[in-house]
Amino acid sequence: MQLFVQLCVDGLTLGCMYALIALGYSMVYGVLRMLNLAHGDLYMIGAFIGYFILQWSGGPTALALPVPLVLVCMFAVAAIGSAGIGVVIERFAYRPLRKAPSVAALVSSLGVFFLLESAAILFFGAQSRSYNTESFLSFHTGIHLGPLNISLVRILTVVIATATMIGLTVLVRRTSLGRNMRAVSADREAAEMLGISVNQTVRNTFIIGSALAGVAGVMSGLVFGQAVSSLGLVAGLKGFTAAVIGGIGNLPGAMLGGLVIGLAESFTTGYISSTYSNLMVFGLLIVVMLLRPSGLLGKAIAEKV
Amino acid sequence: MSSIGVDEWSSRVREEQSSASRPHALRRHASRIGWWPRLGVFGVVMLLLPHIGLSVYQEQVGINALLLALTAVGLNIAVGWAGLFDLGYVAFYGFGAYVFALLASNQLGQHGIHLDAFLAIPIAVVVTALIGVVLGQTTRRVSGDYLAILTLFFAEAFNEVTNNVDSNRLGGPNGISGVDPIHAFGSSITTPLGYYYLLAVVLVLVMAGLHLLDKGRIGHAWQSVREDALVARLMTIPINRVKLIAYALGAGVAALAGSIFAASQGGVYPISFTQPTLVLIYAALVVGGTGTLSGAAAGALALTVVTELLRQPNYAGDVFYGAILLGLVLTIRPRIRLAAMLGTLMVAGFAARAIVEAADPEWAAGPLQSGGVVRTLLGHWLIVPSSPTIPGNWAVVVLVALGMAATTTRGVVRDICIVGAVYAAAFAWEARLAAEPSITRQMLIGALLVSVMIVRPQGFFGFRRTAVV
Repeated sequence: MQLFVQLCVDGLTLGCMYALIALGYSMVYGVLRMLNLAHGDLYMIGAFIGYFILQWSGGPTALALPVPLVLVCMFAVAAIGSAGIGVVIERFAYRPLRKAPSVAALVSSLGVFFLLESAAILFFGAQSRSYNTESFLSFHTGIHLGPLNISLVRILTVVIATATMIGLTVLVRRTSLGRNMRAVSADREAAEMLGISVNQTVRNTFIIGSALAGVAGVMSGLVFGQAVSSLGLVAGLKGFTAAVIGGIGNLPGAMLGGLVIGLAESFTTGYISSTYSNLMVFGLLIVVMLLRPSGLLGKAIAEKV
Repeated sequence: MSSIGVDEWSSRVREEQSSASRPHALRRHASRIGWWPRLGVFGVVMLLLPHIGLSVYQEQVGINALLLALTAVGLNIAVGWAGLFDLGYVAFYGFGAYVFALLASNQLGQHGIHLDAFLAIPIAVVVTALIGVVLGQTTRRVSGDYLAILTLFFAEAFNEVTNNVDSNRLGGPNGISGVDPIHAFGSSITTPLGYYYLLAVVLVLVMAGLHLLDKGRIGHAWQSVREDALVARLMTIPINRVKLIAYALGAGVAALAGSIFAASQGGVYPISFTQPTLVLIYAALVVGGTGTLSGAAAGALALTVVTELLRQPNYAGDVFYGAILLGLVLTIRPRIRLAAMLGTLMVAGFAARAIVEAADPEWAAGPLQSGGVVRTLLGHWLIVPSSPTIPGNWAVVVLVALGMAATTTRGVVRDICIVGAVYAAAFAWEARLAAEPSITRQMLIGALLVSVMIVRPQGFFGFRRTAVV
């Protein structure tokens, strides 16, 4: 029982991280109908930016600034950095292909993915960098319920992810930016004729989605304690899986999908073996694709073929 | 946007026809020659090539090039012809290699199974084709991006399985070593040259077979499914079966290549079947021209030779600077402008070096990576700091930024950006990139995929696909 509850907590934390990646995926996909394979790399870059901020503020063992300030800086700079890279990618790798067949954009995003990953190896090396979270954010602070231990980092993760999801839902439903995004998503040409700047809307979408990936990257650094250049592929895959399971383009769906994947992975790790956790997620994706291709919360789209 | 009063379809076709450039005269003549003489000439050239006297290393490069060509040709079936974006293709390649390795080594049973290649390769091909059918059947309800992500996940799952599951038989991360060489008719192929010949023959045969298929009924069915699945279905084409055939054939070709790969290197290792290989195969296909067999093969050969040259410390510098110069000569018009830019580049380089040397000699004391003529030419022009790693990294960033700036600006600003980018490229190369050949190779391939898609989506050896009217 204790193991079960602990696994639930782990799964929820993991799930919140996937949910943040999935939210970014979902937004970009919703607006552009385009799969951004490089999204996972933005997450990896976020993790590295967080690591360097940590180093510049004195290193994890001897922080020169108060811990909350350092944390805010890490999240903020990672979000800004990832958003910047996301905007550049959109402008130079995807915008010229917006009218091309979707395969062209996919190949281009495959190229960006590969370019970013190798660039990360060139800049940061292939070895992993340790965050050493334990030394400035002890795992023993937090909530203790009997044998159950929920560390502060995990609480932070869940809170940030939930707040982000609520914020995004409000943004998409209530603000003018959200209205533009919905319009571009529904019909790009009609939106353009009605005076909505498609380029600006797409850019803003990329800013938000990439910033979320950056935040998720810092979180993974804090929770798992490391940043490594090969992080992007698997994280991207799982983020997309979460988005698909929840129903792509649907923001609460992305959150739900992330949680489902996180829990599935955590239980597989706990009860079977960590070897099979990725295979489990893959199996889950196939089952959902076969039974409910539009996702758990997605609206069924009439399939032409 | 279609012009008012014209049917959208007709206006789009008209636009495409007017934008497509007329084929070059040479190409028009070449297209009059039938396909099989061309393929025959290609095969004869490939077979005669070793007679100019290649080293074992060069033969190995030849094997890699032919393997890449074979896989690219196989990938072309699903991606180029049937329009299925399959990112799990590398898993088929690995699957074939593993099946062959299990059937021709000590891994299974007490004393291992050592089947003749005559049996082992067909088994590997058929089993992998069946896996292809299973994957295709599972993903039959999804298309486009969903298919891409599912298949990518499939490749990742294959990687996980080979690395972690049943390491007694599959060997875990160490893979399977001690795979038999190809053994048939009582003799075995043991030299690289033998595998080179085998691969050349197999490639020509596969290309001929696929060409016939493409020109036949199934080829037309693929084309219609690719262009418009709904219409294809209304035309009573069984799209599901047609897609599955594409999957199975692609997987079969990949497995054939994988078997020969396993036999030629005497082992299989999970690391050979991961993302870099996948991206390399895609790059070969895309650079050559998606949808054309000759493009796929030519792209693979060109890509292997160029990236292999970049790995050679002796030639890498020549190839790198040669490519930059060639790019400048081909793209910058008029010539006087090119001359002005090169002049500015030289003067600015010497000036910068003089200034930096005067300010702090340490900053210009680093050694150049390139040797030979390049070294003497660049010795007094380029600054290389004595601790080059971090400045080199920043130079890569500056190079990318200036390159992107050059695509959005015009006139003098653009020329300045290009001059700066060339200098940054030289600096980054000497300071960092030449010392990291394999990462540089990967970055170049990634950048190549993006730029080919933007500049020339039909590839360098392919033809622009004309719409069927």
